Amino acid sequence: MNNTQTIPTHPRKPNWFSRLANPGVFMGWSRHWIRPLALLTIVTFAIGLWYALFNSPADYQMGETVRIMYVHVPNAWLSQMVYGIMAVAAVGSLVWRHPLADVAMKSAAPLGAAFTALALFTGSLWGRPTWGTFWEWDGRMTSTLVLFLMYIGLVALWNTFADHARGARIIAIFTLVGAINIPIIKFSVDWWNTLHQPSIVTARGLTMPASIATPLLVMMLAFTLLFFTLHFIAMRTEILRRRANTLERQHVLATAAANKQQAASDD
Amino acid sequence: MNAFLAIIRRDLILAARNGGTTVTLLAFFLSIGVIMPIAIGPDKPLLASLAPAIIWIAALLSTLLGLDRLFLDDHEDGSLQAYSHANASLATLALAKLIAHWLITALPLILATPVLAVMLFMEFPAFLATIIALFLGTPALVALGALGASVAVTLKRGGVIAPILILPLSVPVLIFGISATNSLAGPNASHSALLFLGAFSLLTIAFTPFAIALALRSAGE
Amino acid sequence: MIDLGPHALYIVSSYLGVTLVVALLIIWVRHGARKQHARLSELEARGIHRRSGVSASE
Repeated sequence: MNNTQTIPTHPRKPNWFSRLANPGVFMGWSRHWIRPLALLTIVTFAIGLWYALFNSPADYQMGETVRIMYVHVPNAWLSQMVYGIMAVAAVGSLVWRHPLADVAMKSAAPLGAAFTALALFTGSLWGRPTWGTFWEWDGRMTSTLVLFLMYIGLVALWNTFADHARGARIIAIFTLVGAINIPIIKFSVDWWNTLHQPSIVTARGLTMPASIATPLLVMMLAFTLLFFTLHFIAMRTEILRRRANTLERQHVLATAAANKQQAASDD
Repeated sequence: MNAFLAIIRRDLILAARNGGTTVTLLAFFLSIGVIMPIAIGPDKPLLASLAPAIIWIAALLSTLLGLDRLFLDDHEDGSLQAYSHANASLATLALAKLIAHWLITALPLILATPVLAVMLFMEFPAFLATIIALFLGTPALVALGALGASVAVTLKRGGVIAPILILPLSVPVLIFGISATNSLAGPNASHSALLFLGAFSLLTIAFTPFAIALALRSAGE
Repeated sequence: MIDLGPHALYIVSSYLGVTLVVALLIIWVRHGARKQHARLSELEARGIHRRSGVSASE
C-alpha cells in the first residue's frame, strides 16, 4: 500500500462517496435523519411487541417460550450484523482512510457488545425451559460467546488508544483479522460440538409458520432500526468529541504561544 | 533473504545471551503441569484423560506470557524504524521474527512436553499425538500472539490487552489441537482434526505477517 | 394479560432484561451526546471557535 497517497481535500462537487466520507457533510444530513429513524423504531417496536406478546400463538412444540425467540433472534442477528458493519468500516478505514469509517467502527463496538450480551442472556433464558440448563456448550451459544469476547477486546482496544488516527488503523487491522476468523471459529466450534454432544436439536432449524415468522421479522426489523438510530447518534457524538478535543488543543497551543510572546516582549 | 536470515540469527543470539525468557517460559509451562494435578487430585485415569487439554492450556498460556516483549524491544531501541527501511518487505521481516520467536519460545516447550506427559500419566500414543499436534498448532499460536503484540506495541498497557485480543482467535487451535490428540490416540484414529489444525496454522502463518507489517507500519507513523 | 404457561418467569425476565439493557444503552448514548454538546457550547461561550467559523455542534 502506498503511504504517501493523499485524498484530494477539495473535490469540486462532492459525489456520493465523499458525501459519505466527510464528517462535516455527514453531520449535515444525519441531523435530519435521527428523529424520523427514532420514530420509525418506536412504531416498529410497538407493532412487533404487539405481535410478539398478544397476537401470536404458542408454538406447538415450545409452548409460550417461543416468545423469548422474538427478542433472542434479533439480538443474535445484530451481534453478527454489527460486526459485519465494523468489518466494512475497517476496510474503508484501511483502504481509503475514510475518517467517518473510523468513527463508525468506534461507535459500533460498544453497541455490538451490548447486543451480543443480550443475545447470550436471552439465549440462556430460552435454554432453561427448552434444554433444562441455563448454559449449554452448544455451537451457536459458544461462538456467540467467543464473538462477545472479541467485542470486549475491541472496546478495550479503543479505550487504550489516545491517538485516534493511529489507533483506528491498528484496530481496523484487528477487526478484519477477527472477521476472517469468525467463520473459522464458528466452524471449529460446531465441529467440536458435534464431537461432544450429538443430540441437541434446536428449534431454529425447523420451518416456521407465518404466525411465528411475522412477529420475528418485525422484531428483527425493529432491533435493526434501533441499532441504526443509536449508531447515528453515537457517531455524531464521536465527531463532536473529536471537534471539542481539537478545539481544546488548539486553544491550549494558542494560549501558550501568546504567553510566550508576552513574556518575550516583557523582556 | 539476507535480512530475513539476519533477523532470525540476531533474535536467536539475543535470546541465547539473555537466556532468561526461554528458561522462564519453561518454568511457567512446567509449573502449570505441576499445579494441575495438585488442583485436580492424583487420580491417574482422570489426569491421563485431561492431559492433552492441560498441555495445550499450558502451551497457550506460556505463548501469551512470552509475547509481550516481541516487538516492544525493537520499537524502543529503534530497530522497527530500521526494519521499515530494510531491503526486504516488512512482512518478510515479520515472518522472520515469527520463526525466531517460535524457535525461542515454542520449541523448548514442545521439547519439555515429555516431562509433563510423565507427570500426567499419558499413554505413549497420546503423548506422540500431542507432540505432533503441538508441532502443527504452536506456529499458529505464535503467529496470533505476534499479531496481538504488534497491535499492542504502541500501548502503555499493551501487555494486558494482547491476551484478551488473542484468546478468542486461538479457539480453533485449541479445539483442533486437543481433538487431534484425542482422535489420533483413540480406538478409531482419524486425521481430520490434525488436517484442520495444519490448515489453520498454514492459513494463519500466510496472513499474519502482512497484518503484523501493516500494524507495525501504522505504529511507526 | 395472556397466560404465559409454566415458563412465564423466563419469558418475563428475558423481556425485562432486554428492556433494561436497551434502556441503559439509550440513556448512555443520549448522555454521551449531551455531554459533548455541553462541552462544545461551553467552549464557544469562552470564545473558542472553529477556524471555519461554523458552529462545531452543527
